[in-house]
Amino acid sequence: MLAAFLGFQLIRGVSPLLHTPLMSLTNAISAIAVVGAILITGEKDASALSRILGFSAVFLAVLNAVSGYLITDRMLKMFKRREPEKK
Amino acid sequence: MKLDDTLLPFLYMLAAMGFILAIKWMNSPATARRGVIVGEIGMILAVAGTLLRFEVVNYQWILVAFVLGTAAGIPIAYMMPMTAVPQRTAFSHACGALASALIGTAEYYKGVNQGTGLSGTVMTALVVETLLGFLTFTASLMAFGKLQEVLPQRPITYKGQNFVNLGIFAAAAGIGLTLIVAPERAVLFPVFAVMALLFGVLLIIPIGGADMPTVIALLNSYAGLSAAAMGFVLNNKMLIVAGALDGSSGFILAIIMCRAMNRSFSNVLFGAFGQLQTTVAASEARPYRSATAEEAASILDAARTVVVIPGYGMAVAQAQHKLREMFDMLGKRGVNVEFAIHPVAGRMPGHMNVLLAEADVPYDKLREMDDINPEMPNADVALIIGANDVVNPAAETDPKSPIAGMPIIQAYKARTVMVIKRSMNPGFAGIDNDLYYMPNTIMLFGDAKAFIASIVKELAAVGHAA
Repeated sequence: MLAAFLGFQLIRGVSPLLHTPLMSLTNAISAIAVVGAILITGEKDASALSRILGFSAVFLAVLNAVSGYLITDRMLKMFKRREPEKK
Repeated sequence: MKLDDTLLPFLYMLAAMGFILAIKWMNSPATARRGVIVGEIGMILAVAGTLLRFEVVNYQWILVAFVLGTAAGIPIAYMMPMTAVPQRTAFSHACGALASALIGTAEYYKGVNQGTGLSGTVMTALVVETLLGFLTFTASLMAFGKLQEVLPQRPITYKGQNFVNLGIFAAAAGIGLTLIVAPERAVLFPVFAVMALLFGVLLIIPIGGADMPTVIALLNSYAGLSAAAMGFVLNNKMLIVAGALDGSSGFILAIIMCRAMNRSFSNVLFGAFGQLQTTVAASEARPYRSATAEEAASILDAARTVVVIPGYGMAVAQAQHKLREMFDMLGKRGVNVEFAIHPVAGRMPGHMNVLLAEADVPYDKLREMDDINPEMPNADVALIIGANDVVNPAAETDPKSPIAGMPIIQAYKARTVMVIKRSMNPGFAGIDNDLYYMPNTIMLFGDAKAFIASIVKELAAVGHAA
């Protein structure tokens, strides 16, 4: 609840200019689900079913995290002023 | 082990703080990249902490999945053209949602087989997680298909559609409730999953391309909420925080998009634009003016302020680089060129900004709708590229118009309006645009990229002559 409220306040502050990178960033953040996936997959006596499901989930979440962060960064690199003050 | 009791919560807390800071720093382009790095660090800490947990003993599969995921993720991030960002986002929602639905499924079967730990609260969270996860998965795939134009972008509607959709949703919810009360009835679980998957497909079928920004934002929110629900299942506060951040961010974006179109959620989800086409088709064949690139170039050259209003058409034609050339040439001649961005221009929130940034247009030249509208009467030229509904004056003047009340960029107030467009066909929403028939409007027919290229050529020629 608190996080949702905090989220509301934070997003309000983001200018529409950056909505697309914002969305891909939150996408990457939600890939933190990988934590849950690791717990399922890595358990000592996990059944074959949960191992398969967990394996796919780790794969999907890592894919999301990696591509999410990289593409966000790639997008943000392009936002610059006319005279680039810093790189 | 001591590690779990003290270090892990600490790591998770750091990770959650990293995510919050990451979003906070998205406030401004100057700090945004720092935000990404903080977010990455947060994620690495959380993953490392989790790997160190004592329950986790089986590393080989995790490792393989990590390698595969990274190997697939890097090319996606670097090869994806910026115009395809909406598709990628939809695809990424699908992945995230499926991951969380799969984890939910695994948790469920684990609980059932061991006959432990599926209390009412946990089961409620589990049902929410898998329901949202599965429906977001198929819905995002459908959205991806529509954005990639594998599927028809036109809304597909049929009689009793809302009834069927609601019926399926009610069935899924009903089974979900039964599972909460009696989690041991494992037969129901696959049925539940299929219902959720099916509902996701049906939800997106009637939604047209112009509403995609809202839908993507909403799916973003669902994927986040699904992750938050997983946090409740696993009793992991960091997951709850991250999921809630994601969920609320998607939700706010969806609200902003809806407000920018003066429509409600239910309207976007249940009322497709589709049926309106027939009423419009009759009122065509009115007189309009058109001009060549040469004439357009001389008008632009003579102007002092030009406001460019880009839309999805610019993205399709990949015209942003040529547009920037034009921007540079006009800038050298002392013409002040600015870009007016409507919140729902394009196929996802902020789509136009990313494309123009890609083409090296400085971001302080990108202006928001509310910001630029008061200045429109002072603009010599409003140049509209591939945008339609967002500049349609009918939104302000015709209360019967399907887009009535939608805030628009007031292009019609500029002294001259130029519209680059392929033909006189109505735009995506199928609504005729009075702007095209106004006396101070000039239609420029052609592919946006080719046309701007010839304007650039003409400008260069004028420059040499002078």
